[in-house]
Amino acid sequence: MDLATLAQVLDSTLRLATPLLFACLAGLISERAGVFDIGLEGKILAAAFLAAAIAFVSGNVWLGVLAGIAVSVCMSLIHGVASITFRGNQLISGVAINFLAAGLTVVIAQNWFQQGGRTPSLTGDARMPTIDLPFAEALADVPVIGPVYGIFSGHAPLVYLAFLCVPATWFLLFRTRFGLRLRAVGENPAAVDTAGVSVIGLRFGAVAICGVLCGLAGAYLSTGLSAGFVKDMSAGRGYIALAAMIFAKWRPWHAMGAVLLFGLLEAVANRFQSIELFGLALPVQVMQALPYILTVVILAGFVGRAIPPRAGGSPYVKEH
Amino acid sequence: MTAVTDHATRQETAASTSSVPPAIELRGISKAFGPVQANKNISITVQRGTIHGIVGENGAGKSTLMSILYGFYKADAGEVFINGKRTDIPDSLAAIRAGIGMVFQHFKLVENFTVLENVILGAEDSALLGPSRRRARGVLKQLASDFELEVDPDALIEELSVGHQQRVEILKALYREADILILDEPTGVLTPSEADHLFRILRGLKEQGKTIILITHKLREIMDVTDAVSVMRRGEMVATRETAKTSPTELAELMVGRKVLLRVEKTKAQSGDEVLRVEDLRLVDAQGVERLRKIGFSLRAGEILGIAGVAGNGQSELLEVLAGLREAEGRVWLRGNPLPLSGPECNGQARRAMRIAHVPEDRHRRGLVLPFHAWENTALGYHNDPRYNPSPWRMDGAAMVADTAAKMERFDVRPPNPQLPAEGFSGGNQQKIVLAREIEYGPDLLLVGQPTRGVDIGAIEFIHQRLIELRDAGAAILLVSVELDEILSLSDRILVMFDGRIMGERMADATDAKELGLLMAGMTET
Repeated sequence: MDLATLAQVLDSTLRLATPLLFACLAGLISERAGVFDIGLEGKILAAAFLAAAIAFVSGNVWLGVLAGIAVSVCMSLIHGVASITFRGNQLISGVAINFLAAGLTVVIAQNWFQQGGRTPSLTGDARMPTIDLPFAEALADVPVIGPVYGIFSGHAPLVYLAFLCVPATWFLLFRTRFGLRLRAVGENPAAVDTAGVSVIGLRFGAVAICGVLCGLAGAYLSTGLSAGFVKDMSAGRGYIALAAMIFAKWRPWHAMGAVLLFGLLEAVANRFQSIELFGLALPVQVMQALPYILTVVILAGFVGRAIPPRAGGSPYVKEH
Repeated sequence: MTAVTDHATRQETAASTSSVPPAIELRGISKAFGPVQANKNISITVQRGTIHGIVGENGAGKSTLMSILYGFYKADAGEVFINGKRTDIPDSLAAIRAGIGMVFQHFKLVENFTVLENVILGAEDSALLGPSRRRARGVLKQLASDFELEVDPDALIEELSVGHQQRVEILKALYREADILILDEPTGVLTPSEADHLFRILRGLKEQGKTIILITHKLREIMDVTDAVSVMRRGEMVATRETAKTSPTELAELMVGRKVLLRVEKTKAQSGDEVLRVEDLRLVDAQGVERLRKIGFSLRAGEILGIAGVAGNGQSELLEVLAGLREAEGRVWLRGNPLPLSGPECNGQARRAMRIAHVPEDRHRRGLVLPFHAWENTALGYHNDPRYNPSPWRMDGAAMVADTAAKMERFDVRPPNPQLPAEGFSGGNQQKIVLAREIEYGPDLLLVGQPTRGVDIGAIEFIHQRLIELRDAGAAILLVSVELDEILSLSDRILVMFDGRIMGERMADATDAKELGLLMAGMTET
């Protein structure tokens, strides 16, 4: 493998990790507040569809991104009303959202565009632009530094935003009043309640942030990573993000590491159709299955004990 | 910031009036949960700078009343006056602003946060945590030196002892500049020395002019630290007394509504043959700590052997080993037959078949399945009884319900409803269900741990009488309790455990709390 190929793989690792990173941080914030969210997948899918649809109709990708965020936040709030206000089961509510998104996106896409449940391809301003970092052009021919710098240059703005969200999430959780309360409400909501702070308000806040981040994940998927929406395009990314979150034990920096690992596996699978390992040719299907195999391995607990927030999954009921 | 200004105005209003208004006055408070009237038209006045006790049986409505005062519940009717000023308390934030702090029976702490984080939670100065942390560190240092409230601000809550966790709760209230401190059953989880320390802290706070409300069911604590005491019974306030002018007997009568025997009446034991013989019993736990260090004793029929000791000195392990819940090394005989201490024959079922009954220390974790009906709980462990199983493929639910109803009547379980889930009963009635199950099968040996923990006075009297009756019927009883009074009044013979060893043996009628206390603290016999 030469340096150029490596740079190419790493470049696509960053892009593939981006939707995972948004979704992983979304799940992390929601779960830190004690609301399990298995509906990341559905929200990504719904946001991907609406972002692509609005971007196509309006010809402006940013209107699409806003629409994606809006639909994702709406779905988050549905999850919030069901599981926070009405104290429903968080898993059931999340699964319902996934089904809702999987069905509705295809039906509405077919009704609007008549293209078999997909949106038309996005071109021009309906596609997400890329940003070239300064001096990328000039440095391109410098050995080593050029290609390495090139890995970080030429991505969509949402890629940079996703990676900026990592320190931002860390800061929010561990250095601000909101973060302290948010973590507390996921561990022991009664402590927050008796301290005179609204448990319901905090959890809705967390769920709303989760919605915004999932919206960004979906919008990037359909307008940045590809050019248009196709059926089931989230392809389990919501679940992989959950796996990465558990792998990272609900810590932002570790989450970034985890999604980069998943992104790398996906990038390698995309780049090499078959790989020769110790004289044995691995078919491409094996490579493509790797992220999912890793997910199973992680969720089976091979990464050591992951302790979720203690009040996670249970609605808050005042009792005595 | 608002809390500080509120605080200042309160003090001004207090100073401007010539006679000091009471810190708290509740007028006509009522609260119903569905059909249950938890508080009925309650009025109470608590004077400033005093320690005011509230006693009552479980379910008398003490905690409900305090939760209303702290804004945790909303009263259906009634008024609250704080320092003479009518105050609405719709939520906990309002209570905190009014200068009220509460230490709940079950602490409201975030276990994997540090002490500092728990203290500032909800009382942060600004959107960023840095300034709050720095200020809180200073305030904690000051409070620690003022009131003997030393806690490491950077320790995680889950690493602290229960006594220290309670200090954090008190610190939380003081950090919010609480003038009025409510403590709900604060000593239930404390060792005697921790409890003494707590009372020193409370007296110190009182000297600083703070008002303290102490909810408890332990009359001795009331007599020791309070200035006045109010008694609640079935949702009503039945009396308020100056502590100096009342007695435990009077208070107990007021609580229960009838005469109560605080001292158990029993005849001298008619001990018979040796039932249990223990030699060289040794237990090493998973962490490699030696919990039982080769202990030995014997127990005769018709005798109650009390094991005294501060919690965590091996008594729990001893009970578990004898009940077949834990494997150990050593030799144990039941009526001369060796008792397996490990292997497949060492389990609860096999022990029950040998007529060993066990009333576990923690009835919620080991004694009952809380969401199950009472009739299912009375069959637990005895579900293979032929009476419940008329044929191999069917259990007779009706017979189990009828059997439970009969047991409930004999043990005065209230409400006597076999269909109610176990969690629907008060602590005392839950314990009666467990006792009924274990005693009614007529065991040769009864292992009983903390028989009256969290149980109210009326039920304690009943449970004690039942244990004495069982003894007089010829059973051997091994009693483990951290309540020294209970050990002294029930036992015929007493062993004191310390650090996995037996420190000494005394006849119950030839010793006292002082002597046992020394042994419990590990002082060797001279």
